[in-house]
Amino acid sequence: MRVLAAMSGGVDSAVAAALAVEAGHEVVGVHMALSRNREQFRAGSRGCCSIEDAGDARRAADVLGIPYYVWDLSERFEDTVVADFLSEYEAGRTPNPCVRCNEHIKFEALLDKATALGFDAVATGHYAQVVTRQVTQTGPDGAPVTRTVRELHRSPNEAKDQSYVLAVMGQERLARSIFPLGGFTSKDEVRAEAERRGLSVSNKPDSYDICFVSDGDTQGFLKARLGARTGEIVDTSGEVLGEHEGAYAFTVGQRKGLSLGRPAADGRPRYVLEVEPVSNRVVVGPAELLTVDRIEGDRSVWLADDVLADAGWAPDATGPRAASGWFEASVQVRAHGAPVPARVRAVVGPADGEGEPADATGSRAQGSRMEVELTGETLRGVAAGQSLVVYQGTRVIGQSTVQRAYRARRAPGAAR
Amino acid sequence: MSPAALEAFVAELTATGNPSSLHAAGRSARRVVEESREAVAAALGARPSEVIFTAGGTESDNLAIKGLFWGRRTTEPRRRRILVSAVEHHAVLDPAFWMAEHTGAEIVLLPVDEEGRLDLDALRAELAAKGDEVALISVMWANNEVGTIQPVQEVVQIARPYGIPVHSDAVQAVGQVPVDFAASGLDALTLTGHKLGGPMGVGALVAKRGLPLTPVLHGGGQERGVRSGTLDTPAIRAFAVAVTEAVAARAARAEHLAALRDDLVRGVRAAVPDAVLRGPDPSTEASARLPGNAHFTFPGCEGDSLLYLLDSAGVQTSTGSACQAGVPQPSHVLLAMGVSEEDARGALRFSLGATSTSTDVERLRAALPQAVARAQAAGLASSGRPAGTARESTTTTTGRRPA
Repeated sequence: MRVLAAMSGGVDSAVAAALAVEAGHEVVGVHMALSRNREQFRAGSRGCCSIEDAGDARRAADVLGIPYYVWDLSERFEDTVVADFLSEYEAGRTPNPCVRCNEHIKFEALLDKATALGFDAVATGHYAQVVTRQVTQTGPDGAPVTRTVRELHRSPNEAKDQSYVLAVMGQERLARSIFPLGGFTSKDEVRAEAERRGLSVSNKPDSYDICFVSDGDTQGFLKARLGARTGEIVDTSGEVLGEHEGAYAFTVGQRKGLSLGRPAADGRPRYVLEVEPVSNRVVVGPAELLTVDRIEGDRSVWLADDVLADAGWAPDATGPRAASGWFEASVQVRAHGAPVPARVRAVVGPADGEGEPADATGSRAQGSRMEVELTGETLRGVAAGQSLVVYQGTRVIGQSTVQRAYRARRAPGAAR
Repeated sequence: MSPAALEAFVAELTATGNPSSLHAAGRSARRVVEESREAVAAALGARPSEVIFTAGGTESDNLAIKGLFWGRRTTEPRRRRILVSAVEHHAVLDPAFWMAEHTGAEIVLLPVDEEGRLDLDALRAELAAKGDEVALISVMWANNEVGTIQPVQEVVQIARPYGIPVHSDAVQAVGQVPVDFAASGLDALTLTGHKLGGPMGVGALVAKRGLPLTPVLHGGGQERGVRSGTLDTPAIRAFAVAVTEAVAARAARAEHLAALRDDLVRGVRAAVPDAVLRGPDPSTEASARLPGNAHFTFPGCEGDSLLYLLDSAGVQTSTGSACQAGVPQPSHVLLAMGVSEEDARGALRFSLGATSTSTDVERLRAALPQAVARAQAAGLASSGRPAGTARESTTTTTGRRPA
């Protein structure tokens, strides 16, 4: 196959490219330039868009003996990932830019450009596995039809597993994606592979920050891009407790940085419960009000037609509240959060008169909304805008963007 | 490296003398350096004492821009303006802008027409207005991207009444078109080894004696005190061999390259009718362009996609000059010629050399249609725009600093 290896300049993507070469593919390395400020140079290595990283990627490509290109996707990145980041915060939500980068840049702009240029697949250094199964069904004429089903699964390396941020890519793109590090159980193993091949990035530290917030100061970045907008911090009764410089800088569940002059009457810590973009107010209150057991999501992506079919989903279902049946699963709402048990169903059309209408094409068509009932543990501080991923075991079933999270069950001990 | 240059290079590597030493080995090395200086001077219509050996084109350009600016400022402090064409190589532009940022120089980017040729009227107007404030003028002999040959002699004539020294970066020109330093009237001229079949990392600034040239590198006082540093005898000898050879072979080689290039231009136009030739059209202005150069923009394509696709088909091309991070940027040369950023993204430069053959041109012609179709599809895919829509394009003015 002709494989494009996305090379960030880090150790993971370098080893992924090496493994693609060793698997016998015809590999070309591509580094994506994502920063608008092309002269940006950061000390150390923290993210995916510094000149130093581009140089490291080039060096790795040279060691592997593969052609290397830099693709300038900075405009698209700014228009999608950064713009979404800003508008989501501005709307009082909490976005995950890495999810949007996978959605719009790595598995759309990059993958589609690669496909147009004649590549069969894109290889990345993500920790996740694509499992291929042959499924035989009875075709419309009664004859058996065998087709290949691709499932996205968690990496056996639980600490590094990135299936959470990959789920947004949807089913169709799995067929054009390769994750050579999928089977690795530890990062040390990957570093050893890098060292064995003479890849000088073997000791490079991991990156954690948001790549386009170069100093790690997200609040400062938001303030610089959105401007200061002074507003009130209130409690649940509406009493004003303090001021802030922009509601967009707050996240549901946040405790630090509220700078409230006086303590709560009961002396307990206060958390951000709600961010109201229109009134520019931040509502704070006690931790127990953050607990949720119902989550609704929109912009859903499904990666498991079979699970939805078993749940009674008709692909052409229509109507204001057409829905699949409930199915058992677990859901995860943070990149490094633990999954909790839940019942999930796909829903078409707007809920409570809100949300986007169902789309007629693409993987997002099958229920653009998702409803989740937590059946075991509850979750705390689930903010609108977060990515919610549905699993069955290690398999990714779907992904959705949290639109609303609330509490339906009474507190433990209360009578039903 | 050419075989003769390589032979000279290797032969000299076994010698040990430092040309600045007075012992026998040193004297022997000194003789090699001086004979090389004479050979370079003879090939370029210069006097040996005018040849200053450097570590290549970038150093020569830096020495010309910084050295002349500082040299003039000592005696005439009001001369703070540096006039350079907007299509200069970064080795000229960047030192000029550095001088503006750090030493109080003022940069004037002289505009070019849509073929990349310097606007002489703009130069005249600039000098008429502020000629007594100009420290130096630098205009390249021939452009490295679009191959346009600049009216260097006219620039010299226009500048002479104002007493302004003129430098020309002739890195692309020597060995391609006739270059005669004395006849040109230039005060300084840059050339480099690796463009002529010589080694990398060696070149020269040919500079008139008496030119006020402040050193950039200070030290042992070599090269008439203007360029300190132990002379690289093997590189200098190989450089001289290459210059001599390239100039001697120039006429025949240029004829061969021009014929091949004309085939290439016809072939590209036939294969991709909407490709746009940039720079002078060789079929109407044969002498206005470097013989081995052709340059096209391909609408809707990104140059690096074409580069990849053609490379896979065995045709090596270039998009222009790559920047520090290797991020393809719209060429400042094309922007100065009035090409939109959108169109400039689809630029591809074809350079033909001594080893190029008609088979190469044929291979390009065969590979191009599919490559262009794929590159156009890829351009749409990565832009996220639906087919048939164009990004709003911008044309930059020449006053802006090239990226």
